[in-house]
Amino acid sequence: MMIVAGQSQSAYFLEETSTVSESHTLSVLVDNEPGVLARVIGLFSGRGYNIESLTVSEVEHENHLSRITIVTGGTPQVITQIMNQLARLVPVHRVVNLTKKGDAIERELALVKVAGKGEHRVEALRLAQAFSARTVDATLESFVFELSGSPTDIDRFVNLMTECGLVEVARTGLAALSRGREAM
Amino acid sequence: MTRQMTGAEMVIQALIDQGVDTIFGYPGGAVLPIYDELHQQDKINHVLVRHEQGAGHAAEGYARSTGRVGVALVTSGPGATNMVTPLTDALMDSIPMVCITGQVPTHLIGNDAFQECDTVGITRPCTKHNWLVKRIEDLPRILHEAFRIATTGRPGPVVVDIPKNIQFQTGTYTNYKGQPQTQYNPRVKGDEAAIREAVALLAAAKKPVLYTGGGVINSGPAASTLLRELVKLTNMPITSTLMGLGAYPASGPNWIGMLGMHGTYEANMTMHDCDVMVCVGARFDDRITGRIDAFAPNAKKIHIDIDPSSINKNVRVDIPIVGDVGYVLEDMIKVWKQTHPQQDKAAMAAWWQQIAVWKAKKCLSYRKNNDVIMPQYAIERLYQLTKGHDTYITTEVGQHQMWAAQYFGFEEPNRWMTSGGLGTMGYGLPAALGVQIAHPDSLVIDIAGDASIQMCIQEMSTAIQYDAPIKIFILNNQYMGMVRQWQQLLHGNRLSHSYTEAMPDFVKLAEAYGGVGIRAEKPDELDGAIEEMIRIRKPVLFDCRVANLANCFPMIPSGKAHNEMLLGDASDDEIDSAIGSTGKVLV
Ligand SMILES: Cc1ncc(C[n+]2csc(CCOP(=O)(O)OP(=O)(O)O)c2C)c(N)n1
Repeated sequence: MMIVAGQSQSAYFLEETSTVSESHTLSVLVDNEPGVLARVIGLFSGRGYNIESLTVSEVEHENHLSRITIVTGGTPQVITQIMNQLARLVPVHRVVNLTKKGDAIERELALVKVAGKGEHRVEALRLAQAFSARTVDATLESFVFELSGSPTDIDRFVNLMTECGLVEVARTGLAALSRGREAM
Repeated sequence: MTRQMTGAEMVIQALIDQGVDTIFGYPGGAVLPIYDELHQQDKINHVLVRHEQGAGHAAEGYARSTGRVGVALVTSGPGATNMVTPLTDALMDSIPMVCITGQVPTHLIGNDAFQECDTVGITRPCTKHNWLVKRIEDLPRILHEAFRIATTGRPGPVVVDIPKNIQFQTGTYTNYKGQPQTQYNPRVKGDEAAIREAVALLAAAKKPVLYTGGGVINSGPAASTLLRELVKLTNMPITSTLMGLGAYPASGPNWIGMLGMHGTYEANMTMHDCDVMVCVGARFDDRITGRIDAFAPNAKKIHIDIDPSSINKNVRVDIPIVGDVGYVLEDMIKVWKQTHPQQDKAAMAAWWQQIAVWKAKKCLSYRKNNDVIMPQYAIERLYQLTKGHDTYITTEVGQHQMWAAQYFGFEEPNRWMTSGGLGTMGYGLPAALGVQIAHPDSLVIDIAGDASIQMCIQEMSTAIQYDAPIKIFILNNQYMGMVRQWQQLLHGNRLSHSYTEAMPDFVKLAEAYGGVGIRAEKPDELDGAIEEMIRIRKPVLFDCRVANLANCFPMIPSGKAHNEMLLGDASDDEIDSAIGSTGKVLV
């Protein structure tokens, strides 16, 4: 389902009434102008929606367009309401529900620092290899690994690392695109 | 056409190019360059208010009564923060307003400079859109886009925050009027298939109802004309929200009164029992629906709204139509005429008969009193005695507002200005001022409460300065009546701080401002006093002493359904037990 700013979806609503909360990934194309992120975040906090993850970056420099990827949760009605509220913001060009489109590609990058000696250190390195994480920094007592993958891959990796002397983690949040040749 | 000019000149030029002839404002350090330009021209009339909140509400009244955009000009810091209430009010009620604020110079932004505040940050949630102009090159584009965004789609307030150094800088001005500067482009035409389906549903209805709102007014006078035509074609009963009064005439044969918390018995029962509901430019607000899971339980619902986010927000509808009310009504009428459907005449007759039974309850009747002026009676007399006049009504917020909605009949759109969504006490007087400035020869009356009127009373002084002969008709019951009523309903009649122990002498107050004060204390002196008020060509404070403890009925208690109304003859016991524990937490 896609909502173009100011235009509505067709006259018929697709989703059934449901009280089950689902997690959805929304892609929002916006003018890259001051305050646009504050508008989006303010909308979520002001209307009591929750943000599980949010990433933003300019994607079309020439056209001053940024892409915001938001993972949010709610019943299908709430998700539709969130999309409509987003589309109402003046700098918003388009809102696409990637979860609804199905099978979107979702990737995240994480930097994971572990510290330790002996067996812990060997185990950390072995696991990093198993996950195809790159070692981007190493000292005699620590590693920093770089891993990109789906959020669940990263969760798993981070969980395992807690056993191997995890010190800290930085995650980028989600980047997501639909499959196939169509753009949003 | 482009020209070199300063930022301050651009502001004035853009206003002129947008066809603005009146603005409401208050000066200060950060807008002095703009005020200096105002001083050197004569195309724009500036109305100097006494408080920035007054400027905002006056702009709202001006906008609502003319269908044009209201413009306010205020300084940075406190000037801007004083605008927060009117901006929120305009956002909730979809009133087109452009507010220009001054800001400290760009190099001081972020330094906690004198009279600096984060105006765009503070007003972001209470505007449709806002801008901080950091480069003179952007100013013409932003100024014109501000007008386009305020007035198109679902109208609303916008803020343009202009640092003082930008006002002094010189740049190239281009008149972008009518040329979109962003991709914002709201949809106005409704989906054709949905419209056809809606007409078919409507035609087959046995118990239809039209529920209309402020969107009809916002769509322009043509929408009200079309609405009347649709009612005539379909013979449907029609009710309206507080915001939509006047779109269909109160004297019209199909009118069943306002609906909602203080709506008529017949309107709410019709809503509850209908089988097809057409919501036109309204938004299923909680004042309207009552208990949501018992709202029109057997109805198929059609919802026409220009804002897609209003659809399925509170109530799930069967046929949503996103579009401008005027366009959609026009198409519906066209389809109806093309298909000339056969309505179930017998069912419609039975429906009207049922409505007549509900009407016979006479839910707006009240106990007459020969010694004390009943507030309902005061509004009835005011209505009767102003009928021949070209009248505009504004209100404050409270019982008097609801009595005005119930007992004053509106025949035309744009004649009724009230703070619906936000419920802002203090709205009515400045709004009346804005209306009167736009309609200098009309009779403009603010129906007020004794508490509300003290919230923006300072604008009496503005009314005097501009010879705006507004009439402030105060239903003086000594209480914050609506608060007292709720305390009676919810809190065992413990009247915590809802009685005003020190009340000004409103007659003397009027005189102190240079206006005229009138007091009426007995029913038999009321007519004469109202007639005198109408005759006076000066601002009037009318102190109408009314019964102190009258309650506003009918009422759907919070958390109750449309068919569980409290009527005027409710006993004290019924009133005391009307609201259950779940209703108590609701407002
Ligand atoms: C700015 C503001 N503050 C508080 C309220 C809450 N409130 C709603 S009605 C009301 C009392 C209004 O009293 P009055 O103006 O005397 O009108 P009445 O109900 O007596 O007709 C109050 C305090 C409000 N609506 N607006």
